[in-house]
Amino acid sequence: MSRADDAADPTALQTVAGPGKVALTLAAEPGKVAPLNRALEVFHDGMTLMFGGFGGVGTPPTLIRAILESGVRDLTLIGNDSGFPEVGVGPLIVNRRVSRLIVSHIGSNPVAGKQMTDGELRVEFSPQGTLAERIRAGGVGLGGILVDVGLDTIAGEGKQMLVLEDGVTYLVESALTAEVAIVHARKADRSGNLLFDKTARNFNPFVAMAGDFTIAEADEIVPVGELDPEEIVTPGIFVDMIVQSEGVGWKWAWE
Amino acid sequence: MEVGLGVKQRMAARAAQEICDGMVVNLGIGLPTLVADHVPEGRRVTFQAENGMLGYGRTPERGREDPNLINAGGLPVTEEAGASYFDSTIAFGMIRRGRLDLTVLGALQVGERGDLANWLVPGQRVPGMGGAMELAQKARKVIALTLHTAKDGSPKILPECTFPLTAREAVDMIITDLAVIEVTPDGLLLKEVAEGVSVGQVLSATSARLAVDRNPGCF
Repeated sequence: MSRADDAADPTALQTVAGPGKVALTLAAEPGKVAPLNRALEVFHDGMTLMFGGFGGVGTPPTLIRAILESGVRDLTLIGNDSGFPEVGVGPLIVNRRVSRLIVSHIGSNPVAGKQMTDGELRVEFSPQGTLAERIRAGGVGLGGILVDVGLDTIAGEGKQMLVLEDGVTYLVESALTAEVAIVHARKADRSGNLLFDKTARNFNPFVAMAGDFTIAEADEIVPVGELDPEEIVTPGIFVDMIVQSEGVGWKWAWE
Repeated sequence: MEVGLGVKQRMAARAAQEICDGMVVNLGIGLPTLVADHVPEGRRVTFQAENGMLGYGRTPERGREDPNLINAGGLPVTEEAGASYFDSTIAFGMIRRGRLDLTVLGALQVGERGDLANWLVPGQRVPGMGGAMELAQKARKVIALTLHTAKDGSPKILPECTFPLTAREAVDMIITDLAVIEVTPDGLLLKEVAEGVSVGQVLSATSARLAVDRNPGCF
């Protein structure tokens, strides 16, 4: 169908003026936007769940709350850190819904430390930049990365090593993906294009790419055509579902 | 031993003296975050935060914090002119690629060849390494900012670290409540002592071999 044909059907289409251009979009089309209860259908016991955020900043608060209330348990969480007890993914850990963590640190959540010491929680540490790059590798279809960080520390113990032609030794670090990835965006259009907010971007763009099914929680959802294509950070192709954020319900450590 | 904020601020101020004009600097969590407030007047510095920001400024006034404008230690910051935001892979790309001039990190132990241990106390506390391995291994200059001894009085500056390492032969300078020590190819060199502290006190609180500069300064 040509663009002129599209425009000729006024019942299904609406013209939306964007900055400096005109875009066509389906006015009533929900796109990938879904109610929260639809999102909950994808979560199940024993699943691998990847999350965006750094100390809880940029972790989707509405989805975390919904997952907590849904009662799913035995989760493997993959993300930067274990949040604070009441911030980010922290409440999932405090309420014993998590059996395994793949993170770079847990220092801000003493409950995670205690569960680890007590043998209730398995924790695998990766250096932060290595962890980020492992997730990105999973998100872009690579098998892993080569990195020399932590090579001569216990972080490198038991890992495969590779000497390249330049004579430099690297650790082979496997890529990470997850059944479901959840991210927090400042703005999403209905096709899943995402913008983030300042340092709340952090792990979100590559976590969005590494989920088999990715749910974006957005503070604001706008029609297709309203975002400037030059400014989109995560292309909508990586996003399967969008839910409306109800805002951060927790209190930050600095407050 | 409890150390007052005044002592910590003095340590931070001394570390800030190491910031040269035009440097790109990353400050670790805890004590090192204090360094930002002591940058000498007129010195241009770009602070990098590994969560994904280049060019953050001072702590905002109370009530003007933005929950999404936060340094890697989780504390609210402000945006300087020319600042940029990016994801954490880009942040660590900058670090691994050697674009950071200086990092200031906390330490549990420092070995006499500059080994750094700051992420794990065996059998006690396992906070994880966060971004410390990348920072310690890749920044051009690494300052360990730490109290000279542990809470129980045991030395933290040792011939060899006994805790698992963050990075090997990474530290260039150690700044403590008692002293400024340089890591040289010949070993540790005491360059300065804190006001009111004697060279003898520093030596007895240090279990690593420590040479004393011909004319140690005071800070």
